Amino acid sequence: MTPIAPYRRFRPGTQPNHLHPPYVSSIKRAPYKQLVYLPHTLSEVTGPVIGPEVVDAKACDLTRQHSGEPIGERIIVGGRLLDENSRPLPHTLVEIWQANSAGRYLHSHDQHNAPLDPNFTGCGHALTDSQGRYRFVTIRPGEYPWGNHYNAWRAAHIHFSVFGPAFATRLVTQMYFPGDPLMPFDPIFNCTADEKARNRLISVFDWETTIPEQALGYRFDIILSGREATPLETQTHTAEGKAR
Amino acid sequence: MSLQATTWQTVGPFFKIGLAWLYQGDVAGPGASGDRVTIEGRILDGDGQPVPDGVIEIWQANSHGKYAHPEDTQDKPLEPGFKGYGRIPTDDHGCFRFTTIKPGRVPGPNGHQQAPHLAVSVFTRGLLRRLITRMYFPDEPGNTEDFALHLVEPDRRHTLIAKKVANRPATLEWTIILQGTNETVFFDC
Repeated sequence: MTPIAPYRRFRPGTQPNHLHPPYVSSIKRAPYKQLVYLPHTLSEVTGPVIGPEVVDAKACDLTRQHSGEPIGERIIVGGRLLDENSRPLPHTLVEIWQANSAGRYLHSHDQHNAPLDPNFTGCGHALTDSQGRYRFVTIRPGEYPWGNHYNAWRAAHIHFSVFGPAFATRLVTQMYFPGDPLMPFDPIFNCTADEKARNRLISVFDWETTIPEQALGYRFDIILSGREATPLETQTHTAEGKAR
Repeated sequence: MSLQATTWQTVGPFFKIGLAWLYQGDVAGPGASGDRVTIEGRILDGDGQPVPDGVIEIWQANSHGKYAHPEDTQDKPLEPGFKGYGRIPTDDHGCFRFTTIKPGRVPGPNGHQQAPHLAVSVFTRGLLRRLITRMYFPDEPGNTEDFALHLVEPDRRHTLIAKKVANRPATLEWTIILQGTNETVFFDC
């Protein structure tokens, strides 16, 4: 076996602490004890490979999963999946889920008094293409109230889940919409100390992917942990440079 | 380095909508070699209350100690159909249950072999990012020399080792305690 090239650890402040008291659910679920630093081994630099054999090619369009069209504003959500070294991550699974346009999830525990949409499930997945690009067609999710504190409302968001190339690169996050007035008041959006890191969760309105007469486009690039620099990686970069 | 990894956010309470399509409680797959085992457990919060809105993910090697991943270049057999991946939700009582095979040993640092283990991610509402832990097997001689177990204070190692269940030889029990005195060991990984 060649030596293990570990993945880079998160930079301080750029990730939420487990305990964030303004988000009340974290109070009884965040560990108290210090995490034990685990050097990466073969167990951490490998990970689930979810390929085209399990992926439904139609699952990238959340507006075509039922007999009729869902209610709401049709949008395109797309972007690139890259690692910290700016390398695209091709053929990689991206999963999303979200509320409908009225701010209601198709889930038995969602008690919000807003209508369900018989034509909207709110679940999608897709593989990135050879350039690490992904693209979903969906409905802009609604904001909704939640019981965290008095008059608490979640900013509109779409949940994202990505495995990436290794157990160590797993990411679950949420994408927000530019200009949403609820973001400053949302303790989940604000759980990350670093303002710049936080603001990278906000998608960017994108003319390029906007379809005339059809749908506005929002761009959301997702960055996974990159490899620590190793001789092997230097070689790979050189090879890519020549290819360009 | 030009970019910075995207910040984590919680899976929230409604992740089932997006993650259920890939729920997988048979981690090894039907044809895998090795000792079959069922693992049952619960996720408990800081009050000892069950966590009914949680999901765990498993990653493991096959019985030969080989991962179904291109970076595992060991000269050991791959098994067709073996993925070593599981995604298992908790039920209304905070319980989870999955079946798999006991993995073989895989290499660790400094040329030492690691004891058989599962790499585990824990996701729940309230967790702003995943918790990472490992599950080891009881009565496993390799546990005494496992490098990761040795990183853990001796009196906490038991939280990472599943327990045998009386009269059910192919079943193990493993409880994940998120917070408190008997908190499970979680890794910075």
